Amino acid sequence: MATFLGINLFALSGQLLVGLINGSFYALLSLGLAIIFGLLKIINFAQGAMYMLGAFFAWMALNYMGINYWAALILVPIVIGCIAILIERFLIRPIAGEDHLYSLLLTFGIALVLQGVFTHLFGSSGLPYKIPAELSGGTKLPFMYLPNYRAWIIVISLIVCGSTWWVIEKTKLGAYLRAGTENPQLMQGFGINVPLITTLTFGFGVALAGFAGVLAAPVYSVSPDMGSSVLIVVFAIVVIGGMGSIGGAILTGLLMGVVEGLTKFFYPEASATVIFLVMVIVLLIKPAGLFGKEA
Amino acid sequence: MKLMKKTVLAVAMSLATVTGVQAAGVSDDVVKIGVLGDMGGVYADIAGPGSVVAVKMAVEDFGGTVLGKPIEVVSADDQNKADVGSSIARKWVDDEQVDVINGAVASSVTGAVTKVMTAAEKITLIAASASHAFTTKACSPFNAHWTYDVVALANGTVKPMVTGGKEKWFFITADYAFGHALEKVATGVINDNGGSIVGGVRVPLGTTDFSSYILQAQSSGADVIALANAGADMVNALKTAAEFGVTEMMDVAGLLVFTQNAQALDPAIAGGMKLTTGFYWDMDDQTRAWSKRYMERMDGKIPSMAHAGAYSSTMHYLNAVKAAGTDEGKAVMTKMKETPVEDFFSRNGYLRKDGRMVHDMLQVRIKTADERTSGNDIFAIEKVIKGDDAFLELSKGGCEFAMAK
Repeated sequence: MATFLGINLFALSGQLLVGLINGSFYALLSLGLAIIFGLLKIINFAQGAMYMLGAFFAWMALNYMGINYWAALILVPIVIGCIAILIERFLIRPIAGEDHLYSLLLTFGIALVLQGVFTHLFGSSGLPYKIPAELSGGTKLPFMYLPNYRAWIIVISLIVCGSTWWVIEKTKLGAYLRAGTENPQLMQGFGINVPLITTLTFGFGVALAGFAGVLAAPVYSVSPDMGSSVLIVVFAIVVIGGMGSIGGAILTGLLMGVVEGLTKFFYPEASATVIFLVMVIVLLIKPAGLFGKEA
Repeated sequence: MKLMKKTVLAVAMSLATVTGVQAAGVSDDVVKIGVLGDMGGVYADIAGPGSVVAVKMAVEDFGGTVLGKPIEVVSADDQNKADVGSSIARKWVDDEQVDVINGAVASSVTGAVTKVMTAAEKITLIAASASHAFTTKACSPFNAHWTYDVVALANGTVKPMVTGGKEKWFFITADYAFGHALEKVATGVINDNGGSIVGGVRVPLGTTDFSSYILQAQSSGADVIALANAGADMVNALKTAAEFGVTEMMDVAGLLVFTQNAQALDPAIAGGMKLTTGFYWDMDDQTRAWSKRYMERMDGKIPSMAHAGAYSSTMHYLNAVKAAGTDEGKAVMTKMKETPVEDFFSRNGYLRKDGRMVHDMLQVRIKTADERTSGNDIFAIEKVIKGDDAFLELSKGGCEFAMAK
């Protein structure tokens, strides 16, 4: 077997790939947060809970309504987006002018309520969700066995992340969006409905979390605390990437997946800490984050 | 006059003795049971609210009073935090006349609570925790460890696999006290039976993605991957193992699997896995009868071994209070240790000197999808393990007060 410095390269490539898969999850989740923060300046602590909601809705859709994985992948994010729109309209907008801390506390409260309700309804042990038949099984690569579903995660996350980035950074709609947050009065003067744009953006950012939740349901335990455990890591990623930088969030998400994967290989005990270590270092050297603009 | 004085003294003394005897009855005119547990976190399904229901059932079945005094049940959430657990316990015994604590799930919490209770000379009924420390190096004359422990799990699950030819083991261990203890005990069992450890990883608690560890286990050349973790960690690890095709190449041994965890797994993944449990609701008529009553109060949720253990230990405690004629910790514990424990939960059970409740354990297999007749039909019982074979021998535990003559 090929080795380098006593390290099995086959094993290492396996770990890199696995890291990339996790990274695509991180990318999806941090993208949603980055959009919401970058464009709306809302620190959405409920993003993890919405991810959990996505997984639970997928499970409920399958078990109560017979809606399969593929339909859930489209329907669940839409439903969650609508819930987010209601939250934005009736809970967040009334405190829009206040300090960031208010929206942070509000969304954190929403997260706790949702987690509590789902623990009450479904217990804390988690629920089973099957990998769709079309994606079960796997492919034998020279260095590892790659489950088809994991390959699908990478592909679909990259597509969703890439097109979101493209819409925001390269299209006219994205330009309205960015301008609307930069100078809302001016944009309204041009006849653009800024509050509507704000609401829809929030809905979309949260829908991304719901999408990630459906994607996660077949591989991770569908349980009420699945969101809270991933949220802190995702926040760290957004900070490393530079608060609000859309492309930064995607790239950092992938990168941190790989960093975490390598840590799991070389020193597993530190795998839960490594991302925060990177965060500390990045903040010391480049306070605005890797891709953030210096204020 | 002198005689008079003597008589007064004698009367006063005899009165004092009489009141002394009365004080040995039921303190504060109530027997209060405190149920402590994780009411809303990761272990809430395994113990938590279900344990409160089980203890209340025991109290009702006992008749609601003992020695003519009412029995009360109070409960609190320890949030799996040792400091929270011990401060609740302290408040209970100091200010709220709690006589006995049942519950505490996470071994770290139980460790803190038993210290408070021992100092107050009151009993802790440990119905959900795994660590065997409570009857070995951290033993106390006031501990009664009921349902299971890491030694019984390792003996029940690991030993038959090693002797059956699965000799090379890889550990995926939760990186905290419970995981370490389980790994250590299981490693001992593997080495004693001619097996070997080919590798292992210590994984932080609450890890979601195990694929990296599964790949490492896969390339280790092991026959068995041992999961020395619990709850969602165990479920996630097993799911990933199945996804990466590992379960077809090697065995996976879940060292601590509650019925609730097995229920959370797709039978296509978990079906066939063998494990050890202290109780299964569908074992026989007795277990079914009790479980049916439990399920009626719990919206149809089946009881875990910890729930059944909570009932059994409470019932045994109340019987001992009645037999001892007092709720004073030492006297009750003496009675508890004198009386055999035989009920729907405990078969051939007895509370040993060191506080270990030795009873028959079950080796079970998770049923495949075809075998299941309902959502609650989860285990097939393979073998009954005699209590003395399952648990650590008293002489090997190193519990000082129990070994002293």
